[in-house]
Amino acid sequence: MVSETIAKPKGAQPSVRDSRAWRTWYILRSHPSMIVGILVLAVILFVTVAGPSLVPYKPLKPDPEARLLPPSAAHPMGTDAFGRDILSRVVNGARLDLFIAFSVVAIALGIGVAVGMFSGYYGGKVDDVVMRITDVILAFPSFILALAITAILGNSIPNVIIAIAIAYIPYFVRLTRGEVLSAKERDYTEAARCVGNPNWRIIYLHLLPNCLTPALVQATLCLGWAILDASGLAFLGLGIRPPTPEWGVLVSEGSRDIIGGQWWTSFFPGAVIVLTAFAFNLIGDSLRDVTSPTEAVQ
Amino acid sequence: MEPVIQVENLRRAFREGRAVIWAVNGVSLDIYPGEAVGLVGESGCGKTTTARCVLRLLEPTEGRVLFQGADMTRWGGKKLREQRRHFQMVFQDPNTSLNPRFTVRRTLAEPLRLHGLAQTGREMEERLHETVLRVNLEPRLLERYPHQLSGGQKQRVGIARAIITNPRFVALDEPTSSLDMSIRIQILSLLQRLQSEMNMAYLFISHDLSAVRFLCARVFVMYLGRVVEAGPADEIFDHPAHPYTQALLSAIPIPDPKLRRQRIILEGEPPSLFNLPPGCGFYDRCKARKASCRDNLPPFRDIGNGHFVACFE
Repeated sequence: MVSETIAKPKGAQPSVRDSRAWRTWYILRSHPSMIVGILVLAVILFVTVAGPSLVPYKPLKPDPEARLLPPSAAHPMGTDAFGRDILSRVVNGARLDLFIAFSVVAIALGIGVAVGMFSGYYGGKVDDVVMRITDVILAFPSFILALAITAILGNSIPNVIIAIAIAYIPYFVRLTRGEVLSAKERDYTEAARCVGNPNWRIIYLHLLPNCLTPALVQATLCLGWAILDASGLAFLGLGIRPPTPEWGVLVSEGSRDIIGGQWWTSFFPGAVIVLTAFAFNLIGDSLRDVTSPTEAVQ
Repeated sequence: MEPVIQVENLRRAFREGRAVIWAVNGVSLDIYPGEAVGLVGESGCGKTTTARCVLRLLEPTEGRVLFQGADMTRWGGKKLREQRRHFQMVFQDPNTSLNPRFTVRRTLAEPLRLHGLAQTGREMEERLHETVLRVNLEPRLLERYPHQLSGGQKQRVGIARAIITNPRFVALDEPTSSLDMSIRIQILSLLQRLQSEMNMAYLFISHDLSAVRFLCARVFVMYLGRVVEAGPADEIFDHPAHPYTQALLSAIPIPDPKLRRQRIILEGEPPSLFNLPPGCGFYDRCKARKASCRDNLPPFRDIGNGHFVACFE
């Protein structure tokens, strides 16, 4: 008979390095682009929240005396054909654009992940049908699809949100489904069933937390795209209409003045769109790198 | 005495494209309360599939599995889930069998919650402590995540999860094969102690034959989805009757360089499951084969001392 020895706990002593803060800092330090993205986004969020009370002009108030003024100290981004201050309009538009972006991503993430989990877990015919539907949606460029859906639903902010969300759902479905397909073959899923978990608990308590990471990364990237798509629709005259201060609307209105040499009316709103989308993408790309298996910090 | 698990002519098919393969092809075995039964055979012979069918983690294609006399293949989802606390499994690789996002506490508390085995927080705490100590882990490890544990500690957590509901039967799917040698013997001793303390029946799957001999009272040898030999461990190890078992046993290393033993080296591969021979599955590789083995399936016959063999010899 072999005598049994007591296993002493070894290795992995909890230390400062196991703390969440330390790990976060470790990740950030090696991804400067994420720091840049976060800083830019912080400025944008600050302006979105506090900006409207800081800018001196009302976004909708015309001033016949100050039409099409170039950028100056009084009007840092110049004024438009109605004499409205561009900076005030850009700052006031941030709220709407970010609201649309976050709503789109929340809807697409929620529905996409739920459908993807279900489809991947149960497989079979349901899965086949879901995959064919996503194939059809993905066959169209997401912007063209959102354009068509907005044209059908009619011009309103909720419709723009729904249209763009529908175009983004398949990305989340596919990502999540792929994760579930590999996670459900792992022994911990089988072990969860073995101890008596019903299917819903296996899906939501065991699989979901292990399958969410890629979808969250995608969500960050989609925030940037959603701003581009929403302002793109507005630029084409769909969804949000003038005089609402929205970045796409501003670019669209200003584009008429470019021929006359008044470049600033569309340049500054456009630059802000690019900057915001850029910030989200920087963060999303770094998140993707950080969460890839080869760089897992666990 | 009534067997705790009785498997009757179990078959399980898998679909591979258009073809159908029988991974388990007519297995019958019985396990009595408190008894450790070994299931040995080479990779791909259907050991794990058998165990998974017995626990209904896979649905058997044909045949019955009786748990304490009740046909569990007929149980519906709810009944099956409620009964699961009586039969548990320890998985091969503790690196994948523990949910990476669950602390040890959460992993172990889950079965108790699901089956209402701890009504109060205090009861839960006592049960967790008792179980963790039982598998020789320190209670402070309850707060750790799997990636903060060593391989041996993880497997102890896997064992703790299986025994925390006081099961009557535990299937152990090569529980030591992913651990290094020094940890292996500790885990085997632990399993042996738990079995006698808690009076559980084991189905111990392994290709580590020394481990089987150490732990098991009876052994079933599988080849190509069928049981080819069964009997008390001492009988099988000292007087193997099936040519396949003889070859298998001759592969056990002897820790003494002076001793030489005749090794039986098998030639070729087991036949493809896509194209099963009509007669004995071992025909192609057997040193004692006769012409009649080719077309006739040898019956499972009693050769005394509780020893059964599926061979004409």
